[in-house]
Amino acid sequence: MEQSDLRNWESKCIQEETPQCVAACPLHVDARTFCSLMGQRRVDKAWQVLAKTMPLPGVLARLCDAPCKAACVRKDVGGAIEMGILERYCAENAKPVAPPRPLPSRGKSVAVLGGSMTGLCAAWEFGRRGFDVSLYCHSLGAGLDDLPHGVLERELESLRKMGVDLEESTSITAELLTSLLEEKDAVFIDSEDVPDSLLDFGEPDELTLGTRRAGVFASRTGESSSILQAAAGRRAANSIERFTQGVSMVSGRDLEGPYETRLYTNITKVEPAEPMQGEPTEVTVRDEAKRCLQCECMECVKGCEYLRHYKYYPKVYARQIYNNESIVMGTRQANKMINSCMLCGLCEAVCPEDFSVGDMCLEARNTMVEQGNMPQSAHEFALRDMGFANGEKCVLGRHAPGLTTSEYLFFPGCQLTASDPDGVTAAYADLRGRLGNVGLLLHCCGAPAEWSARRAAADEVIASIKAEWERLGSPRIIVACPTCLKSLRKGLPEAEIVSQWTLLGALGLPNGTAVDAGRLAINDPCATRHDAMAQAEVRKLLGDLHVAVAEPDYTCETTQCCGFGGLLSEANPDLGHKVAELRADSMEEDWVTYCVMCRDMIARTGKRAMHLYDLLYPRLDDPAARPAPGYSARRENRVRLKEELLRSVWNEEQDVSGELFESIEVAFTDEAATAMEKRRILKSDIQKVLLQARESGRWLVNAESGHLLASFRPVVVTYWVEFEEQGDGYLVHNTWCHRMRIKGGQP
Amino acid sequence: MSLIKVPESDVAGWKCAACNEEMVSRPVELEYLDSLFNVELPACPKCGYVLIPETLANGKMHQVEQLLEDK
Repeated sequence: MEQSDLRNWESKCIQEETPQCVAACPLHVDARTFCSLMGQRRVDKAWQVLAKTMPLPGVLARLCDAPCKAACVRKDVGGAIEMGILERYCAENAKPVAPPRPLPSRGKSVAVLGGSMTGLCAAWEFGRRGFDVSLYCHSLGAGLDDLPHGVLERELESLRKMGVDLEESTSITAELLTSLLEEKDAVFIDSEDVPDSLLDFGEPDELTLGTRRAGVFASRTGESSSILQAAAGRRAANSIERFTQGVSMVSGRDLEGPYETRLYTNITKVEPAEPMQGEPTEVTVRDEAKRCLQCECMECVKGCEYLRHYKYYPKVYARQIYNNESIVMGTRQANKMINSCMLCGLCEAVCPEDFSVGDMCLEARNTMVEQGNMPQSAHEFALRDMGFANGEKCVLGRHAPGLTTSEYLFFPGCQLTASDPDGVTAAYADLRGRLGNVGLLLHCCGAPAEWSARRAAADEVIASIKAEWERLGSPRIIVACPTCLKSLRKGLPEAEIVSQWTLLGALGLPNGTAVDAGRLAINDPCATRHDAMAQAEVRKLLGDLHVAVAEPDYTCETTQCCGFGGLLSEANPDLGHKVAELRADSMEEDWVTYCVMCRDMIARTGKRAMHLYDLLYPRLDDPAARPAPGYSARRENRVRLKEELLRSVWNEEQDVSGELFESIEVAFTDEAATAMEKRRILKSDIQKVLLQARESGRWLVNAESGHLLASFRPVVVTYWVEFEEQGDGYLVHNTWCHRMRIKGGQP
Repeated sequence: MSLIKVPESDVAGWKCAACNEEMVSRPVELEYLDSLFNVELPACPKCGYVLIPETLANGKMHQVEQLLEDK
């Protein structure tokens, strides 16, 4: 990630943008924080927030006409926050605060002519910025007569404390102006409180309040709003500061007055609440402040447990990824965060600015792989599994039996074959029965390589599929798995590819479909997020199957990932499980989905879930209760499916002479089976350890339990197996593994 | 890694079947991602067969592996 990329990513996330009220306030008072504190009855603290930004806070807070109300997001759900009432209550009840301590003197002097609100506020702004300020006027606080007794006096005292020289009873004349211009670095004229004869320099410039006369700045006449008068004072101070520094008078001033902000706050789930009525009391004021929505975006974080888990939002994650890549020596803290994104696209779908955390994380993974910084353990197991699915034990490419051409090619994908081989067999029989010359290709689509940013490996997989597809005469491909559909459409743009659900929509339901499935919650797989047609087709099929479909909050384009996407459950199993659990528990009903990984991820949480195959090709009494097969079983299912199809469909007996370790008879206690799944240890890994132990005669023995313990490192992981001999085979009690290598010849 | 200590209870009862020897603590070299560690681990005094108990593999050893992978 280059620095310019970082800037682009950061600017796309609007979470840190200014709230509407603050942007609309001419002085940019932090009304959001103010309301938060008022809502907690922390009135003194809230007053500090006002006093930090407002000149003459005791006066201004009482006079503010709250232009923020027109921008308040709450206005559409009950009514805008009564900010004016809150400000006045706060001014009346909070402990007064000392005036701001002026910056060190900058050795520049400025005169203010006129002492109404604008002139006083300008003097305040000059004073706090370290100008030498003198204010000349006929009488201080012209037009501020209605304030409660003592309020104005207190703020005038503050001005004096800030070092402002207040010259009352002065007659404001052209001569005075001329002499001040000679004496001072600049003069500001409060146009409301000087004789009209003085205003002979035309209308002051809107942006700078500068006039035709060099060094003379003036407020524009006719402004009756106190907060806008105060803003004019601040604008003049900004201009004169630039003027005395000799820098540009105009550049970078877009955000000085009220401006448009990009911050988005979703109010669709906000309950309407009416503004307070009657006299303000401690309680009514608190409740009014509590109506403040504390505007923020967080649209993506609300729907994604991964984004929530890492505690921030995409703008911060972009910075963390950038920093992660910049580390030369030291620990890369963000690796796991980068590898935990499901790449599911929900954030982009809900973000008002289309921020795709998935694109950002996949790009970061790519950089990690290129630079050799990808943690070995993150995706290795999944890539090994992909290699197995694409090995000769599992891959099968055939025309239908007795045929030499294929009009269609059925591509069920490596996870359906792993989870539900009988479903695949039934689906293939159905397609062959109704369409005739349908070939078969058992192969993985390369998604694990794509997700782990192993682009060369992903290309290799696609090349292998392409070769098989061409060998079979480039038939139309029928794809069952949504992820495969996405991968193949991207990798084989020249192929005609159709989803099995679309096809079934056209063909009609197969014979013998399930009846009375009742009401089911639908889970759209994340790969179908932008495929509204597929979503509609599946709902149509479910309708034909008499299923009443319950839609979760996050559905169709905003569907949530099951925790498998992007290999989350590999790189961060605990978070993967939590994501699956949240999704599973978000609906009362049993789930139905059309991605078998979604089904298995949900089933692993203990929630009942079905794949569409369970309804289309029913084989079990209670398919929603079918446990998700473990890692070893998934491999065996793929192998057995190929053997079984060859035998039953093509009448071919395979030469089943396997590898030597496969001849080891092995059984597992429940504890061992749990440890295997948790630690991603395969039956084949254990068989290799046992074979090696048997051949070398090297193991440990436990005097107490009689258990034996042996280790073996087939490639990069050392496996330990605690076992006992049982007949001709072994019973495994426990197993664990590590990646560190023991030096010194241990096998 | 020098902090790695294998509690006696994790080793208790195990002995080398081939040599019929109790495990004793001895220096062992462990290697991962070009990093080398010298650690005291239970091993057979005769043939040197090293025991990595479950608690070590899933605890401290796993942490160090993760740390090295993020270096």
